[in-house]
Order: sequence, then structure tokens, then C-alpha cells
Amino acid sequence: MEQVVAIAGEEHHRGHPALAHHFHDMEQQHESIKLGVWLFLVTEVLLFGGLFCFYAIYRAWNPEMFTQAHQLLDVKLGAINTLVLIFSSVTAALAIRSIQLDRPKQTAMFLVVTLLCAATFLVIKYFEYSHKIHAHILPGELFAYTHLEGVANPHIFFSIYFAMTGLHGLHVVGGMVFLGFVLIRTLQGTYSSEYYIPVEMGGLYWHLVDLIWIYLFPLLYLVG
Amino acid sequence: MHSSPPDQNFLSHPKGLASWLFTLDHKRIGIMYLILICLAFGLGGFFALSIRLELMRSGEQFMDQDTYNKFFTLHGAVMVFLFIIPSIPATLGNFCLPLMLGAKDVAFPRLNLASWYVYVIGAAFTLFSVVTGAVDTGWTFYSPYSTQSSTSVISMTFGVFILGFSSIFTGLNFVVTIHKMRAPGMTWYQMPLFVWGTYATSVIQVLATPVLGITLLLLILEKTLGIGIFNPEMGGDPVLFQHFFWFYSHPAVYIMILPGMAIISELIAVHSHKKIFGYKLIAYSSVAIALLGFLVWGHHMFVSGQSEFSSMVFSFITFFIGIPTGIKIFNWMTTLYKGQICLTTPMLYALAFLILFTIGGLTGIFLGALGLDIHLHDTYFVVAHFHYVMMGGTVIAFLGGIHHWWPKIFGKMYSEFWGRIAFVFIFLGFNMTFFNQFMLGSQGMPRRYHDYSGLYKTDLFERYHGFSSYGAMVLGVGFLIIATYLIASLFNGKAASNNPWGGLTFEWATSSPPPTENFREEPIFKHGPYDYDKVLPENI
Repeated sequence: MEQVVAIAGEEHHRGHPALAHHFHDMEQQHESIKLGVWLFLVTEVLLFGGLFCFYAIYRAWNPEMFTQAHQLLDVKLGAINTLVLIFSSVTAALAIRSIQLDRPKQTAMFLVVTLLCAATFLVIKYFEYSHKIHAHILPGELFAYTHLEGVANPHIFFSIYFAMTGLHGLHVVGGMVFLGFVLIRTLQGTYSSEYYIPVEMGGLYWHLVDLIWIYLFPLLYLVG
Repeated sequence: MHSSPPDQNFLSHPKGLASWLFTLDHKRIGIMYLILICLAFGLGGFFALSIRLELMRSGEQFMDQDTYNKFFTLHGAVMVFLFIIPSIPATLGNFCLPLMLGAKDVAFPRLNLASWYVYVIGAAFTLFSVVTGAVDTGWTFYSPYSTQSSTSVISMTFGVFILGFSSIFTGLNFVVTIHKMRAPGMTWYQMPLFVWGTYATSVIQVLATPVLGITLLLLILEKTLGIGIFNPEMGGDPVLFQHFFWFYSHPAVYIMILPGMAIISELIAVHSHKKIFGYKLIAYSSVAIALLGFLVWGHHMFVSGQSEFSSMVFSFITFFIGIPTGIKIFNWMTTLYKGQICLTTPMLYALAFLILFTIGGLTGIFLGALGLDIHLHDTYFVVAHFHYVMMGGTVIAFLGGIHHWWPKIFGKMYSEFWGRIAFVFIFLGFNMTFFNQFMLGSQGMPRRYHDYSGLYKTDLFERYHGFSSYGAMVLGVGFLIIATYLIASLFNGKAASNNPWGGLTFEWATSSPPPTENFREEPIFKHGPYDYDKVLPENI
């Protein structure tokens, strides 16, 4: 009898159904996952860090070429995209705040807005890319744009441009998939102020995606 | 707490192949890694023996130069990416780390299982290149040759890219586990030194691997789309590839050796039953090696045309790495002093490590010296040096660790008699194979030649090479003996007690093999991991 009481007491203490068996309590689980996400973000920063490094080296070697080549990019579209992503970061943060306050409907709404912003970003990016492809402004050997007379190796700039924005674009898509998953689970009522770590994970990841773009925009669109 | 009945352990329950393939238990995942990693070692060893047979005599023996290029590339790539990088962390690390911390599992068990599957996929891509004509660039994939080579570089580099994720998953998991999952009462300075070494390794895995990932992606883009950033004809720079490659691959050398050092700290303390000397310094030196390891990549490129000033700085920092390494060696030796040394098989490997790794480390200092490196660069001296570190260091430590934890993992004792016999084969065979390669290299024998006839010291080279090839066979026999008695012990080995060596760390406090939930009662931290001055474990 005593044993049964003890087990029941422990079950109660362990509480939430989302608590994995190997953690003592929700706090330990929450802290562990959060640290894991931050470490994952570190690896992302280093992945992009390699590309930023390539950018810095080639720009230092070819300052003239970078100034000339970047003029083929559309600053207006880049700027709109920057604003769209910054706004989506705000809504992602608000989604976390509302679930902390136990308002899942609000959370879902903010997640939908975030996803719409992400889609807008990709649509604008699609128009930018298709314009480049039509004009043969492509990376490396595929580069066949003829109106940049006297500029040595402009294809290098576009190799870096497409590598950086392409990889970033893939991360936007990845973020959308994850936020979409979080949205569905929110609508199913999985999250509450006690357990909302996936919402927080999505938010942290989305901030990183935005942050990388905030660096990409001036480095690529506002050279010189 | 739910606890298994006394006759059930993680090996026996639950049963069935599916219960293994979908397991989230870190102990089972460790064993699944162990199986694959041993297969990878066997494959890499097959390529190594083939290379040694080709080099046994001057003149072409049975491989033409293209085949030879493919064989040494496969030997390197399989041994580095499929065997040695995951070896200790993914097997013994996975098994021991949560046990040593008194935890029920790693922080992210699903991610742990995912890392195993990602490893399988990465290995499939890497080995798929063998079917499609193999790769002849060497395991370093240097551009511009790798971007021009018609062999299946893309398949292999993509495989290595995928393997990187597996490595990151393991590292990330371990860092979080060490930060958040320690038993109640266990502080950072009460963790076993194996955990400290694994921690330093994991930090490198997390920080360095993404850079290799992006570099290999760019190499693949260079080969497929011709993006030009490694191509000098298009305004790119092939040496940049080397910088980026070594920015990962030099720290990766410490991904390989730090877990080996981590094992040695355990073996020496436990098998001499003495409190480890200079605990904090051993712990800090692991972290120092991990951090300094990020600042020395340029010493692979002294002859690649980097500025003399950079070379000087890289050379200087390279010498610095000798300090934390030296601290470890001296602390281990001081631990042995007046200890109750038992010459068990694990201890024999630990002592061999002290000798072989010291030779490997010191010759690394020779190679870090600017003037000397010009002479020794790309010779067998380099080959001998890194085999003394990787094999004399990591593989020897791995073998010691396998023997040390074998009773805990499988609940069976291996044959101590055959263990010692095999050790003699391994130790002699290793030195026969590689020590004379120092002489070969200093006499000017270049690495990666399939035929050395016509070089001006062919007769001398032939004597050294021939001896080396016989050594490789002795080494091969040693590994066969080990495989035989270890597998035999699973069927007819004596049952192991819970604590056969008298260890004080948590993993020896649970049964052998442990139950699925690791501890039948939650362990509470009562004494330090090496407090042999205060606690007398049973069975000494």
C-alpha cells in the first residue's frame, strides 16, 4: 500500500505528459532543450560564417568588382524583404509571449502572420531570382551577362550571392516547415504556459534566419 | 521509480531486431555504433594492408598508380571519417557518459538514434564512390585537383558532409548532457576525467564541423556548377580550400585524440588504484587543447605559399599545444608513481599510449618547426608522425577502453591471457610498421608514391618498406586475435562482477550489464571519482 502511494505521489510530482522519462522535471527538460537549440544555432552561425568569410576575402581582393557587380541587385526589393523579415521576427516573439500567458489562439494567429511574412519573403526572392536568371546573371561559369564591360570576374560576386541567399532561402523554407508544425500542434492545444518549448525553439530559429538576412542585405545590396 | 527485475538487463530486454533498430537507449546505440565502427576499421585496415603489400618491394607489385591512389584515398577517408572521428565518442562515449554522470540517458535520445542513421546514410554515400570508380584525391580533397578529377569526388564529399551532421548531433547531445544531466550533488570538478575529455571533444565537434560542411558544399558546387571560387582561371583561389579544410580538419585531429586522452585518465587511475594527480590541470588541459586547436591550421600549409609571417605565428601556436599535452603526460606518470599498478590488458594499453603518444607528439613539434618542415613535408616522416598519434594514441586508447569497459557493457570477462598476447602483437607490430617510417621520411622517401624504384636510395627504402610491411602483418594478426577472444568471451566468458577493476565512478556502481534504466536506485554522489585515498572499493 505504501509503495502504491509513493508511486502515485511520484507520478503526480513528475506531472506533465510531455515530460520525457529521463528528465527529473519540466524545468530540467526545458533548460536542456533550450541549451540544445542555442548550440544548434551556433552551428548555423558557423555554417554561414564560412560563407561570410569567403565574402570578406573576395571583397578585400576585388573591391572594384564588388561595387560594380552589386549594382545589378535590386535594392528596393532587398529592403522590402528586410522589413518583412524584421516584422516577422516581432510576430514570432509575440507568439512565444502569448503562449506564456496561456493564450493559444493568439499564438496561432501570430504564427500565421509569421508564416505569411515568410511566404512573402520567398515570393519576392522568387521574382529577384527569375529576373537574374533571365538576364543570365548567374554564378560562376553560367554567368553570361554582357553589360559589365571592363570588370574582372563579376561571376565571383554572384557565386557568393547565390550561395549565401540560396542557403538562407533553404533556411527560410526549413523555418516555415517547423513553424507550420508548431502551428498545427498549437491548434491541437498541445501547448500551454507549462509546456511551450517547441514554440520557443521555432522562435529562436526564426530570429536567427532573420538575423542572417539582416547581415546579408547590407553586405550584398549596399556595397560602396 | 520503475526498475527492472534483477535478471533483466539492457541487452536481454526487450528482444528482437526492431527493438534494437528503434531503441532510444544510449547503451544500445553505443553498441550499434561499435559494430559499424569495427566494420569500418576492418575495411580501412584492408586498404592499409593492400598499400603495405604494394610497397613491400620496389617496382610495381600488383597495383597500378591509379589504383594505388584510390586505395590510399579510401584508406584515409574510411579511417578518418568512418572510423576514428566517431570511434570513441559514439561508442564508449555513448555508453559511459550518462552512466558516469548518474543519468538515465543522454539529453536527446531521439537525436542520438538519428545520429546513428545519419552515420549509416553518410557511410553509404562515402562508400558508394567505391562502386562508381572510387576517388583518387587523397582524403583531403585539395582543389584544384579535386575539382578536375573525373573520379566520384561528389559522392564521397557529400557522404562526408552528411557524416558531419552525425558528428554534430553526438557533440551537441553530449554538451547538453554534461551541462544539465549530472546526478544530484555532482559538480563540474567531481566529474570523471573521461567526461571532461568528451566535453572538450564535443565542443570541437559542434564548432568546427559546420565549417567543413560549408567548404564541402562549395566544393560540390564548384564541381557541378563551376562557381569558380576555388578555380584560379576564374579569379578564385585553390589555397582557400586548404585554409577552410584545415580549419576543420586540424581541430578534427583533437576530436580524434582528446577522447583517447580521456580514456587514459580513467585507465591509469583505476588500474593503479590511486587518486589521479592534478585533476584540475588534466581537465583544463583538455579544454586548452580544444581551444588552441582552432588556431594552428596553417601548420599544414607551410609550403602552400602562405606568408612567412603567418607561418611563424602558426608555428609558434603549434608549439604551445605541447604544453597542455605535456601536462597530461606528466600528471599520468605522477599518478602511476607509488600506485598499486595491476598490469591488466587495459593498463598495458595505457602504458603503451604513454610511450607511443609521446613519440607521436614530439615528432609533431619537429614538424611544427618551420625550417625542418620544409625538409620533412610530404615525406614518410609525416606519415609516421600522424600514425603514432592517431593509431599509437587514439586506437591504442580505444583498445584499452574497450577492454576496460567490456565487462560492464556485456557482463563477460575477456581472456586476460589472450589479451596480453594480443597486446604484444599490437605493440611490436605497430612499432615495426611505423618507427622505421621516421627514418624513411628523414631520408627523403615521399608519401603517396606507389613505386619507389628509380629514387636514389631505392635499396635503403626497400629495406625499410619491407620491414614496415612485415610489421603491418604482425599488427593485423594482433587485431584478429583481439576480435577472436572478444567475440568468444560473449559466448563462454566468465560472468563479470559489477566492479571488476575497483573503479569509483558511477558506471561501476550499477550491475554488469546495466539495466535499461541504468541504475535500479537513483545514484547519489558521495565521493570523488578517484578518491582512492578515502574509499576502498570492493574487490581490490
